[in-house]
Amino acid sequence: MTNTENFVHELAEKHGRTRNALMPILQGVVARDKYLSEEAMIAVARELDLSAADVYGTATFYTFLDTVPRGKNVIRVCKTISCHMHNKDEIIKALEEQLKCKVGETTSDKKFTLLTANCLGWCHKGPVMLVNDDVYPELTPQKAIEIVQEYIRKSN
Amino acid sequence: MEQKHLKRVDLIFEWDEKNPPIQVLDKTLQKTPDAIILEMIDSGLKGRGGAGFPTGLKWKFTRNEDSDVKYVICNADEGEPGTFKDREILDRVPEKIFTGMAICGYVIGAKEGYIYLRAEYNFLLKSLQQKLDKFNQQLKDRQIEFSIFLRSGSGAYVCGEESALFESMEGKRGEPRNKPPYPTVAGYNSKPTVINNVETLVYTCEICRMGAEKFKALGTSDSRGSKVFSVSGDTTKPGIYELELGMPLKDFIDEFGDDDAKAVQVGGASGHCVPRKKFNDTIIGFEGIPTGGSMMIFNSSRSMYNVLHDYLEFFTEESCGQCTPCRVGCQQLLKGIEAVKKGERPPAYLEDLKKLTLTMKIAAKCGLGQSVANPFISIVDNFKEEIIY
Repeated sequence: MTNTENFVHELAEKHGRTRNALMPILQGVVARDKYLSEEAMIAVARELDLSAADVYGTATFYTFLDTVPRGKNVIRVCKTISCHMHNKDEIIKALEEQLKCKVGETTSDKKFTLLTANCLGWCHKGPVMLVNDDVYPELTPQKAIEIVQEYIRKSN
Repeated sequence: MEQKHLKRVDLIFEWDEKNPPIQVLDKTLQKTPDAIILEMIDSGLKGRGGAGFPTGLKWKFTRNEDSDVKYVICNADEGEPGTFKDREILDRVPEKIFTGMAICGYVIGAKEGYIYLRAEYNFLLKSLQQKLDKFNQQLKDRQIEFSIFLRSGSGAYVCGEESALFESMEGKRGEPRNKPPYPTVAGYNSKPTVINNVETLVYTCEICRMGAEKFKALGTSDSRGSKVFSVSGDTTKPGIYELELGMPLKDFIDEFGDDDAKAVQVGGASGHCVPRKKFNDTIIGFEGIPTGGSMMIFNSSRSMYNVLHDYLEFFTEESCGQCTPCRVGCQQLLKGIEAVKKGERPPAYLEDLKKLTLTMKIAAKCGLGQSVANPFISIVDNFKEEIIY
C-alpha cells in the first residue's frame, strides 16, 4: 500500500466504514495533506465501498474540502459585509504583496495558499482571517504581514 | 399592547455557583419527561436560530414518535453573516449546552447527541472535546445512558439548514431535503431527531434552573424571554449582548448606533433591512422582525448598493445549486442589479427582479432561496436611488 492508502486505512479504522464516516475521513485527509488527491479519494471509496464519484461528489460540495493542491498553510480572509466595511481589501492587498500571489493561488514554494471565505463569525472584530484552523481577528495590514512572517519563521 | 424597552439581561453567560449545570441536570431528571415538556411549552421558548419554532412542541413531537433510536443534535453551524453569538456561547458556557442536550435526550428517549460545529470554528474543537469528555464521564457516573459526540462541518452555509445538516452528517452533499417529513419524524439517519440551536439549548437549561415563570416574565406574549444579539457594522459597541425581546429598534439604535445610522439589517443577510424612518415602529421579536441575533448597523457613509451586492454574492456562492429557483435566481439577481447600476437595464427592471425573489420565496426548496426576498425587497424599496445611481 502507498503512504496515502495506509493513511486512509488508518482513518477508516478510527472512524468506521459506514457512509456516516465519510466526512470525518475526508476531513482527516485534508488536515494532513491540505487537499484531497485523486489517489486519496479513490482510496476512501475503496475503504468505504462507495463509488469514487460519490466521494468526489461529496468532497466538491464543501469549501474546506479542496480537491486541488494547496500550500502547507491555507489563509482564508473573510470577505463578508462587516469585514468588507472594515477594509478587508487592504488586508488582501497586503497579503498578496507579501506572498507574491493572488487570491486563489499558492506561493511558488508551496508554503501558502491565499483564499477568501464567507463570514467567519467575527463580525465585531473584523477584519479577520484563518490560517489553517487558527483565527486572527482585528487585523491591520501590518499585523497580517507579521502573522504570515511568523509562519514562515516557524517553518524554516 | 405591552411596551418594552431595551433591557440588558444576564442568563446565558451567568454562572450560578450554587446551581451549576450538572446540578440542574440532576434536579431536572427527577421530573417526568412530560412535566419537563409542559414546562418548556409554558415558558414560551421559541428556537433562537432564526426560524422560531416552539421548542417544547419540537420535543413533544419527537417524544411521541415510536422509535428505538432517536437523536439530539445541537446546530452549531452558525454561518449567517453578522452572527457570532454561538461561538461565544460554545467557548464560554459549553456545559450549559451539554446539559440542555442531556435533558432533551432524557425527555425524548435518545441515547446519542451530536454537536455539528462549523469548520470555521475548528479552533474550538480541542477545548470543547476536553469539556465534553468530562461531561460524558459525569453522565456515566450517574448511570445516565446518553453520550454527546462532536462532528465538524466543512464550510457550507447551507448546512445550517437542518435537513442539509443531517445529509452532511450522513456523509453526503449538504443538500436540503423535501419537507415533510420533518426532523421530529425522520431526521438524522431517518430517525426522529430534535435539532436545536446552541442558544436555544442553553435557554432550556436555564428554564430548568430557574423555572418557566421567571423566563416568561421577560419579553412579550409573542416573544418570551431574552435573546443574544450580535452587534456589528457602524456601531460604537460591537460585540454580543443579551437583551430582553420586544424592544423597539429605536432603543437599540440609541444604545448601539453611532448617531448616524441610516439602516439596520435585522437577522443577517437573509433578514430584513430597516431604514431610519421605521426605527420607531419596528419591534425586535416575533411580533415584529425576528432575528437569529444578527444586527448590522449601516451609517450614512455606506452604499446600500454595496451591501445588497455583498449579500447577493454571498447567496450566489452559498446556494447549494440543487433547486433551479435558488441556483439561477441568485445569479440573475446579482447580474440584474449590476446591469441596473451600469444603466444597461432601466430602473423598472428592479420590479421584475423583485417578482423573481417572490417566485424564489414560493418555489425554492429551503430557507436559503426562500429568504433572499427579505433583504432584496427591503433594501430595494427603501434605498432605490442608491441601487440605481
